[in-house]
Amino acid sequence: MKIIYFAWLRQKTGVSEEDASPPETVTDVAGLTGWLKGRGGGFAEAFDDLSVVRAAVNQEHVGMDHAVSAGDEVAFFPPVTGG
Amino acid sequence: MIRVQRQDFDVGAELAALSGDNRGIGGVCAFVGLVREMAGGEPLRSMSLEHYPGMTEKALARIEAEARERWPLEETLIIHRYGKLEPGERIVLVATASARRQAAFESCNFIIDWLKTKAPFWKLEQTGGGAEWADARDSDGAAAARWFRDAKGKQLD
Repeated sequence: MKIIYFAWLRQKTGVSEEDASPPETVTDVAGLTGWLKGRGGGFAEAFDDLSVVRAAVNQEHVGMDHAVSAGDEVAFFPPVTGG
Repeated sequence: MIRVQRQDFDVGAELAALSGDNRGIGGVCAFVGLVREMAGGEPLRSMSLEHYPGMTEKALARIEAEARERWPLEETLIIHRYGKLEPGERIVLVATASARRQAAFESCNFIIDWLKTKAPFWKLEQTGGGAEWADARDSDGAAAARWFRDAKGKQLD
């Protein structure tokens, strides 16, 4: 699974992109955030308040209950501020 | 047409190219977004616009397609810049062309409203006090949500 971080999520985690292999118990976006948070440090900080974290799976906006699987591209970012 | 680019654009040239030889167009509506000189009450030095290559183009294309489904449009154009920008610089151009003005006005308004809440861009604002990520505005969410009233039972999430 490819995981990409944008804006302050990238800064807090210190990672812009990674290939990760979460355990099989991680089946949705919420589960993935919990697993990432469990790494501690900047990851715990980045995923501390999920009300300010948005996610995309395979480049589509999704909710926290959206399924994730091994071949997915998952992105985490704050609410968008373009325009 | 969708373009995501670092470089500036020439509004006049873009609008002329948009209508081109299409004599069916009766009106072109354009919105140009600029970098404001203030950020959170402080003078802005510059801003860095980051985006999600790939998803950005997809999101903009879907918004454009939604506009063309809702209004009778001859042409549409969305140009969004990324990278470092200074106060006064152009950030975004949305232009819509239609036989009649109302469709052009409304669809242009719709596209910029939805772009602001759906296209994956993030602004890092640099002031004398340091660099801070811009917060999403509740008013932008409300502006985007008002268009759901006119949706034909279909939403773009």
